[in-house]
Amino acid sequence: MAERSGADILVQCLVDLGVDTVFGYPGGAVLPIYDAIYNHPTIKHILVRHEQGATHMAEGYARSTGKPGVVLVTSGPGATNAVTGITDALMDSIPMIVITGQVPTQLIGTDAFQEADTVGITRHCSKHNYLVKDPGRLAPVVHEAFHIATTGRPGPVVIDIPKNVQIATAPYTRPEGFEHQSYRPASAPDAVAIDAAVEMILKADRPILYTGGGVINSGPEAATLLRELAHRTGAPVTSTLMGLGAFPATDPSWLGMLGMHGTYEANLAMNQADLIVCLGARFDDRVTGRLDAFAPHSQKIHVDIDRSSVNKTVAVDLPVIADVGRAMAAIIAGLDARGYTKPDLSEWWARIDGWRAKNSLGYDDGATEIMPQRAIADLYKATLATGKDTIITTEVGQHQMWAAQHFGFDAPNKWLTSGGLGTMGYGFPAAIGAQVANPDSLVICIAGDASIQMNIQELGTATQYRLPVKIFILNNEYMGMVRQWQELTYESRYSNSYSDSLPDFVKLAEAYGWTGIRIEGPQELEAGIRQMIETPGPVLVDCRVAKLSNCFPMIPSGAAHTEMLLDPSQVKGSMSDEAKALV
Amino acid sequence: MHIREEQSERHVLSLTVTNEAGILARIAGLFSARGYNIESLTVADIGTDHQISRITVVTNGPPKVIDQIIAQLDRLVPVHRVVDLTDNGPFVERELALVKVAGTGDDRIEALRIADVFRAKVVDTTIGSFIFEITGPTDKIDSFVALMRQIGLVEVGRTGVVGLVRGGKEA
Repeated sequence: MAERSGADILVQCLVDLGVDTVFGYPGGAVLPIYDAIYNHPTIKHILVRHEQGATHMAEGYARSTGKPGVVLVTSGPGATNAVTGITDALMDSIPMIVITGQVPTQLIGTDAFQEADTVGITRHCSKHNYLVKDPGRLAPVVHEAFHIATTGRPGPVVIDIPKNVQIATAPYTRPEGFEHQSYRPASAPDAVAIDAAVEMILKADRPILYTGGGVINSGPEAATLLRELAHRTGAPVTSTLMGLGAFPATDPSWLGMLGMHGTYEANLAMNQADLIVCLGARFDDRVTGRLDAFAPHSQKIHVDIDRSSVNKTVAVDLPVIADVGRAMAAIIAGLDARGYTKPDLSEWWARIDGWRAKNSLGYDDGATEIMPQRAIADLYKATLATGKDTIITTEVGQHQMWAAQHFGFDAPNKWLTSGGLGTMGYGFPAAIGAQVANPDSLVICIAGDASIQMNIQELGTATQYRLPVKIFILNNEYMGMVRQWQELTYESRYSNSYSDSLPDFVKLAEAYGWTGIRIEGPQELEAGIRQMIETPGPVLVDCRVAKLSNCFPMIPSGAAHTEMLLDPSQVKGSMSDEAKALV
Repeated sequence: MHIREEQSERHVLSLTVTNEAGILARIAGLFSARGYNIESLTVADIGTDHQISRITVVTNGPPKVIDQIIAQLDRLVPVHRVVDLTDNGPFVERELALVKVAGTGDDRIEALRIADVFRAKVVDTTIGSFIFEITGPTDKIDSFVALMRQIGLVEVGRTGVVGLVRGGKEA
């Protein structure tokens, strides 16, 4: 058989695995691979401006399509710059393949130019990683890497390829389906566990479905099954930040997001429920608040594909280790088999309606200033009016929480945000990745004035590929969430949380060939948003909002669900050392 | 404010793993990254084709943490199996140590007597020293080393614990 170079084998594997897009940045140690994709007929390469941007673009691509995102970067700084995005993908269970160049095998360990121990550095921030020292191993490794990245609990897989391995030759045969020796992710639920779950649902008077990113990862059928399960049981539904969109925000059973900046009704319902059915969520600290006061009256079922998520922070009564979609299908079938009919939960719903009446997301519109909540609500309204498929990404901070609270999501894969790692600089590149994968969708990055600057260089990437991405900055001239915590905890000593020396965002946009729009006051808001949506090509909006608005409701760190702060008047301005020590 | 610690228990975990580059770093790194303790860790190839290694880890932590350690180890791609020997019925646990003792006269005779009691073997000797080889559970070796310390301990090398479940079946 004719032999092919390692670089050719790698590219052939990508083609065989259905890869159509690679986000990357060239450099010395990946030149052979870049030559192999030169003018490639089916693989489109998106040249980024910084390798971190490539990783978040790949995440945006993956989260909006369900397909793995692929990154190609060089050795040394190329690989180290990718580390934040790799970690982000691990925390949020995003399927991603990161191909890194490496110095030639004979130079490994000699502190060669642009050498870094990439497998060492990424060992604990990837789902798995490989250093391939033989071109004959490339095909099996690449196929295995895609299998690992996309099955079980998805995650990032790194493949480090020394330059001489890219040039050396080996025969290539496309690997057939294989049984992995040791990697056997859970999939089908255990019948006994499903029976027990059905039994618990039958007995519940105050059930709640607590859903997370796992429902999105499981695929669109899981979102359909979630609707069915909710309607069959009549149970209220809440979700983590990562799970938004799996259940329609317009459904009457929807309580809104739970947790630190969740709604009052979602958190009180969790607190008072007698059965919590956790579907693809992981009892994160943003969700639970103070652990010893978390949902004290409830039995808990935890459906998760990753056994290590079970009993990690919260002890549960029934673990179901399985794909959440398959588990929901089995639970629904189990309910059917018992002749289950929707129980009368009117007493439970009456209590929930009482909590809802607090209108915990309410805010007062300002006469002269745009309230950030209003900006999001108007943006939501305007996107609905277009009837276009809309994908929202965010950076990290107050604007992210306001977006989660005030933008309604009705379908999965339309909400892309950095939940676990909380990476400022995620949202804009993620929007570019989502736009590449969904050229006809309206893709908007909701950003803050501080976060947007963390990967602002990618303006050039959008320009180069004529991607009509929209950036909507809620500009309050602060790192708002830091400032908010300083108000809550450190008597408003604003240590380094003021955004000094901000650029003129409109001029900055124009310098990159974008359209820049500034919205200064409430009377300009609606028209400004409309102009953003109607202007073809990339548009950046600098929306000046009330500078000192804070994000409420809020469960302060170390507090229980029942101790939510509903408005600024409840802020004391200082905290105990125990509370200060929490994140 | 002071930082509180929870009650710990000691567990011996036995793992079979694919024998590949970086596997030890993967296991050891998981312990350090997640703040778990390692009392001892041993690793050696156990297959005829050099494909599989057994890693024995002695760790300690509250029961909830031990469960997490097992689940986290099980999640690593090259890990085939994790068995908690401590929770899996009776098991045999052994460690080997080489113990170098220097001394003359009565000390030398006493060292030999103690070694006899512990069934330690002399594997090297000079006029003024011995190296003893001793195997047994960790506490037996601890007491042997403590006695030798009173006589004239020079240095000790220990392998760390290996273990297998009792009876004719695989764990």
